[in-house]
Amino acid sequence: MQAVKNNLLARNLRNSTWTTIAILAVALLIFAFVAADGNISTFSITVLSGLLRTMLLFLVAAGLSLIFGLMDILNFAQGAYFMIGAYIAYDIQHPERGFITFGAAIPDPNLRFLVGVIAAFGIGTILGFILERGLLRRLYDRPLFQLVLTFGVSIILLEGIKAIWGTTPYTWTETMSLMTGSFQVFEQPFSIYRLFIIVMGFILMVAVSLLLQRTRLGIIIRAGVEDPEMVSALGINVRAVFTLVFTLGCALAAFGGAIAAPFQGATISLGSTFLLASIAVIVLGGLGSFEGTAIASFLVGLAWAAMEQFSTRPEVATFWASVTPMLMLSLILLLRPRGLFGGER
Amino acid sequence: MQNTMLEITDLNTFIGQFHILEGVALSVPAGSITVMLGRNGAGKTTTLRSIMGLTPPRSGTIRFHGQALNGKTPHAIARLGIGYVPEHRAIFKELTVRENLQISARQKEDLAKSETLIFDLFPDLKRLIHLPGGNLSGGQQQMLAIARVLVPNNTLLLIDEPSEGLAPVIIESLMEAIRRLSAEKTVLLVEQNFRVASKLADRYVIIDDGHSVAHGMMTDLVQDAALIQRYLGVA
Repeated sequence: MQAVKNNLLARNLRNSTWTTIAILAVALLIFAFVAADGNISTFSITVLSGLLRTMLLFLVAAGLSLIFGLMDILNFAQGAYFMIGAYIAYDIQHPERGFITFGAAIPDPNLRFLVGVIAAFGIGTILGFILERGLLRRLYDRPLFQLVLTFGVSIILLEGIKAIWGTTPYTWTETMSLMTGSFQVFEQPFSIYRLFIIVMGFILMVAVSLLLQRTRLGIIIRAGVEDPEMVSALGINVRAVFTLVFTLGCALAAFGGAIAAPFQGATISLGSTFLLASIAVIVLGGLGSFEGTAIASFLVGLAWAAMEQFSTRPEVATFWASVTPMLMLSLILLLRPRGLFGGER
Repeated sequence: MQNTMLEITDLNTFIGQFHILEGVALSVPAGSITVMLGRNGAGKTTTLRSIMGLTPPRSGTIRFHGQALNGKTPHAIARLGIGYVPEHRAIFKELTVRENLQISARQKEDLAKSETLIFDLFPDLKRLIHLPGGNLSGGQQQMLAIARVLVPNNTLLLIDEPSEGLAPVIIESLMEAIRRLSAEKTVLLVEQNFRVASKLADRYVIIDDGHSVAHGMMTDLVQDAALIQRYLGVA
């Protein structure tokens, strides 16, 4: 009887979660429409830009969320990995200005870009592995120290970037056929490259979700989110799974930075911007919940883009766009302190 | 003399600065059900956790089939063939019953091989197979927690307070299941409920305040009212 009651209660909560999401989504779409002055073409571009933000946020937030769920570490260095990815892709693409010169050996700019993205992913992997194995592993009994450690590492990485590339923002200048193509949305152009990122982000979202739901590794990760000690007592090397997830999380963030570099460039504020927005995403989604993270990426991405459009009006200050993720976070925490899909944490 | 499967000598375990186990010794013969008795906080759960390497002992030896377990990680210990069913079940609530069983498999074919045994012991699980563990009742969760360690070919099962918080009729069927299991597996059990324990176990060890104070055959203990009164406080 009690179990039945609990089931009903759980189902009601679930329903109310989806209702909340639907209300938020509709409200944001209406806001985007108002921000676009009711112009359907501007509105469509705003929504597409929102989706683009969504995917970039997701690439940072997915790692953050899985790492937090599994290991109880809020990885403050995640934003720095995103930034490193952007700098590496930028530098390889523009051999005449940066620090890495071997890019000059690859004359085709499209191919050079591909090499840059792969290099960013690879370096994210290596640096992530070093951080987990070399430093964090020694502190598993002291969670607070881990938090301070990842914060310290993020500062070291930022200073490292400044030492190598300086503090002047880099704007992407290389034109390549991958980037120049565009298509028309109600008579306004939208770059095919951006659409490609949206599609690829979506594919990654589905892929990670399938990995979690359908594979043995996914079962282990989900079980580890609940109770890592019990997972190890069943004969599974849970520490190795920690390393794998942490490394992949960092690699995904660096990959995100690299693919975003063609339109965001490489600047030293990228890391903190994306880190804060991603923290907003994972708290909004409910800590440790992957589906929550995915859905919250959509909500925050859309809100961000709509606010950016809205702040193009002369009477609205531009800073509203950058504080949007935090505003949304505060609002949700007031209404639903556990976030959308939050459990008992 | 039966073959000794698990042999613990002079075990000392600390949790933080607290000295919880102060020289526990016990041995578990192969093919037996041995029960650890003792009051709350005596150190029974800590003994099981020390065996699994979850709270590693500071000194003393734990030998499983003669092999020292000290210093090994929990997953390495589990892979030697030790199944741990912790207090409060600790099943994965978000995972389905099937996933709870799958995660325990060490080889691909483990689950397929053990299915017959598991559903024979706990027929309920078969119809609950696609439900999340959190939707199960307390008794069903306990069955799942035991079933989970039957998936791989474990030879020793450590079961912590299986009857806790369950209705008498459910305890009865769980105990029947453990009795049937003991035909193939060796069991080290923690059980507060003396009546339940005395009917089930072949041998006993009494833990009191971090020491193992008495051990022997269960048939002898049930006749020793003074010993029972002194350490277990039941008449």
